[in-house]
Amino acid sequence: MELLIFYPLAGFCVVMALGVIFNNSPVGSAISLIGMMLGLAGIFALQQAHFIAIVQIIIYAGAIMVLFMFVIMLLNLKQGENEGWASRDKNLPLSVLTGFLAVGILYKITMVLFSVDMDTPASLPDSFGTVAVIGETLFTDFVLPFEVASILLLLAMVGAVVLAKSKLD
Amino acid sequence: MLENTVPLSHYLMLSATLFVIGVVGVLIRRNVIVVFMSIEIMLNAVNISLIAFDHYMNLSNGQIFSFMVMCVAAAEVSVGLAIIISIHRNKPTVNLDDFNLLKW
Repeated sequence: MELLIFYPLAGFCVVMALGVIFNNSPVGSAISLIGMMLGLAGIFALQQAHFIAIVQIIIYAGAIMVLFMFVIMLLNLKQGENEGWASRDKNLPLSVLTGFLAVGILYKITMVLFSVDMDTPASLPDSFGTVAVIGETLFTDFVLPFEVASILLLLAMVGAVVLAKSKLD
Repeated sequence: MLENTVPLSHYLMLSATLFVIGVVGVLIRRNVIVVFMSIEIMLNAVNISLIAFDHYMNLSNGQIFSFMVMCVAAAEVSVGLAIIISIHRNKPTVNLDDFNLLKW
């Protein structure tokens, strides 16, 4: 059952991720990215990380992608931005490097994964991944990172307002 | 029962594939917005690894880490998009190769 859900979901995520980088219009890329985020939320839910799955949908597919959409609309991007593709053709070494990097990383990781036996998982309690367990860990062992994250988000909010303000006159 | 579960290595392979797709997107695309989206793909790919190890080893630290990754991603996106908007105001383009003001 888990296999039956995982492989279509994983394939969907990979196709959507490819759709992000091979789409001509930024809006199409953003739609593909939303699809990928939703697929990943399904994969998280499959691993009993329910809280993270919901947070993934709310923060990524909701908030962050809405922000992307707003900026795409705000910048009023034209459809004819194909020079973004063409300008790389004159840069052959970088394209070759990209190919080597992609193939190399995938090859190395696949080799490492096949050489190690990692297919005997620990047995999970029923409470794994619930909000109660995550909340307890977050507010006991990780209180300081939690507070620092709140300061980070506040700073990001102030920084975004300051940077995007029209003129400082 | 164990035979029916997805092995950890397949989750890690999915994570690696998505990460590489993100890297390729950053390197071959010149549209700022799409490069930004590729960075998001990479952050998400790392989250898959964290959650997969978490599930494998029965911990909850990885879920906290991926929660923090999401916080940092939200902060990064808001500031980054504000920077893109303010650059676009001075120089109406989204091509990364045209952003060479600070380059020697």
